[in-house]
Amino acid sequence: MTDKSNAKAYWKENIRYLFILLGIWFLVSFGAGIIFKDALNTIKIGGFKLGFWFAQQGAMYVFVILIFVYVRIMNKLDKKYGFDV
Amino acid sequence: MYSLVAEGIGVQNWTYILVGITFALYIGIAIWSRAGSTKEFYVAGGGVSPLANGMATAADWMSAASFISMAGIISFAGYDGAVYLMGWTGGYVLLALLLAPYLRKFGKFTVPDFIGDRYYSKTARIVAVLCALLVSFTYVAGQMRGVGIVFSRFLEVDINTGVIIGMLIVLFYAVLGGMKGITYTQVAQYCVLIFAFMVPAVFISIQMTGNPIPQLGFGSELADGSGTYLLDKLDGLSTELGFAEYTEGSKSLIDVFAITLALMVGTAGLPHVIVRFFTVKRVKDARKSAGIALLLIVILYTTAPAVAVFARTNMIETVSNKAYSDVPEWFKKWEETNLISFSDKNSDGKIQYFSGDAFLKGEDGKFDFEKPNPNTENELYVDRDIMVLANPEIAKLPDWVIALVAAGGLAAALSTAAGLLLVISASVSHDLIKKIVNPKISEKGELVAARLSAVGAVCVAGYFGINPPGFVAATVALAFGLAAASFFPAIILGIFFKRMNKEGAIAGMVVGIVTMLLYMVKFKLGWFDDVVPDKSEWWFGISPEGFGTIAMVLNFIVSIVIMKFTEAPPKEVQEIVENIRIPSGAGEATH
Repeated sequence: MTDKSNAKAYWKENIRYLFILLGIWFLVSFGAGIIFKDALNTIKIGGFKLGFWFAQQGAMYVFVILIFVYVRIMNKLDKKYGFDV
Repeated sequence: MYSLVAEGIGVQNWTYILVGITFALYIGIAIWSRAGSTKEFYVAGGGVSPLANGMATAADWMSAASFISMAGIISFAGYDGAVYLMGWTGGYVLLALLLAPYLRKFGKFTVPDFIGDRYYSKTARIVAVLCALLVSFTYVAGQMRGVGIVFSRFLEVDINTGVIIGMLIVLFYAVLGGMKGITYTQVAQYCVLIFAFMVPAVFISIQMTGNPIPQLGFGSELADGSGTYLLDKLDGLSTELGFAEYTEGSKSLIDVFAITLALMVGTAGLPHVIVRFFTVKRVKDARKSAGIALLLIVILYTTAPAVAVFARTNMIETVSNKAYSDVPEWFKKWEETNLISFSDKNSDGKIQYFSGDAFLKGEDGKFDFEKPNPNTENELYVDRDIMVLANPEIAKLPDWVIALVAAGGLAAALSTAAGLLLVISASVSHDLIKKIVNPKISEKGELVAARLSAVGAVCVAGYFGINPPGFVAATVALAFGLAAASFFPAIILGIFFKRMNKEGAIAGMVVGIVTMLLYMVKFKLGWFDDVVPDKSEWWFGISPEGFGTIAMVLNFIVSIVIMKFTEAPPKEVQEIVENIRIPSGAGEATH
């Protein structure tokens, strides 16, 4: 593989992961916490209505997890394409 | 001596002791880590570890507003408070995934550096510098006022003296230490502020629900054995008193959506946050430190809504329908500072607390506590900041915890002000003087210029802190809208869209920021009409706080349309783009 096509393949794979991760980012915050809040509020876990919980707690936990998953994926990807030096 | 032990040494003395120790620590660190070169001054030498950078970013990010006001705002807004919680954390996902690694690979000092080089144009650089200064100044003026208020409340001096003390301290370590100095003081400040925020929260959570983890506590049953969930109880109390149900909120869905997105994108576009990721060694570290920063921020941000619920419930139970003569000591104390105000309208000697403004507003738009509002039965005004400041007293926690909150509030206010001042000084000395006015300036000369601009920036910020123009307070929240409308699209397109050219980017930034400014001036300040227009006139039902979302979309559209009709960027620039997409070989930050 030439340098250029190597870089292209790396970038393509990176973009695919970005779409997946940002999809989840959107779903937990704008989806569960805002758009579907009322529907989720009919479900209760402990004292929390679920939509309210996502908006004030859950979405933030997922954000943190997303970044660390991204860090892991990218470290692997860098290694796979030899960009880790 | 015996009585000293029996009564303790008092809140005020505890405050002096804790604040004194933390200040000595910050100044010591600043002297130890002072900057010797422009590289140390702008990006701390580029060798900060991901953990230290994460902590510094978190302290830089969490201002007096996050520490003191946020929980209070949430406690009055209920569900709607989520716009701040998600908005000010979700932006870090965008930063980590879309901006930080690439900007680190690009390897310069400032955001205008990136815009100027990527769009091969001096005009683009100047537009970016102007946007950076506008965003940072609106933000820092509010911070200096915050510093003054925190000092005045805790050290019992007046607000202006507070601003001046704050200026001198920030001046000392930002001018001396530059980015290197503030990074390591911010590490210490993070530790102080998070400890100060968590200790009272844990105590109160145990008191109210028996659960030591506040994040779980506010979804638990009350500790009084009634078997009622705390949130159900608060929903009940709120509706009883005529407020919206706590867990439902009252803003429209589209506005909640727009504000959340504007705050997220704005966070990712704020120059003082972005510049943090220029200080680490490798691209890998930039990603990781974004994750650490968010984790450290989320510890406070997930506790804040719990504190909001505890404080609100406690407050309602302590005052509602209680005899004024029996109110606890803290009530009287905060009454003196006008943060609480009571007027016995029906002369029954009891406090009636309902929704609605208890007092009428004077001509300056502030409440006039001499004029009770006859249109509501509500007799009580409570400033939202009370919720965090008085929380330990309301819950009857020990004196040292109350003093700790003071040290934490000061740490939060100082760390943010210092970070912002540094961005302003770098914009002036690096982006304006070195890159535009006098490119031949020596390294030494530039360092002197950087220090002088920091001094200038502190003075301007201090001036606004002492004489706050009415619009500053109103526009701090809008700094996010401005950042969202200007930088975010230009940077994203610059990285992910090789074909994006200078014509598109410049037009997009100008249209974005001007639209945002006009909307802000019309609907927040009311300069076009004699009064601030009513909500019903908002475009698409979106408030000025959320309008950054619309302005950002507009920026994207204008950029792309103009790009289609103009020439592709030169080959060298396309190569820069290809190069920043690859993480390896990130050199050290250079001129």
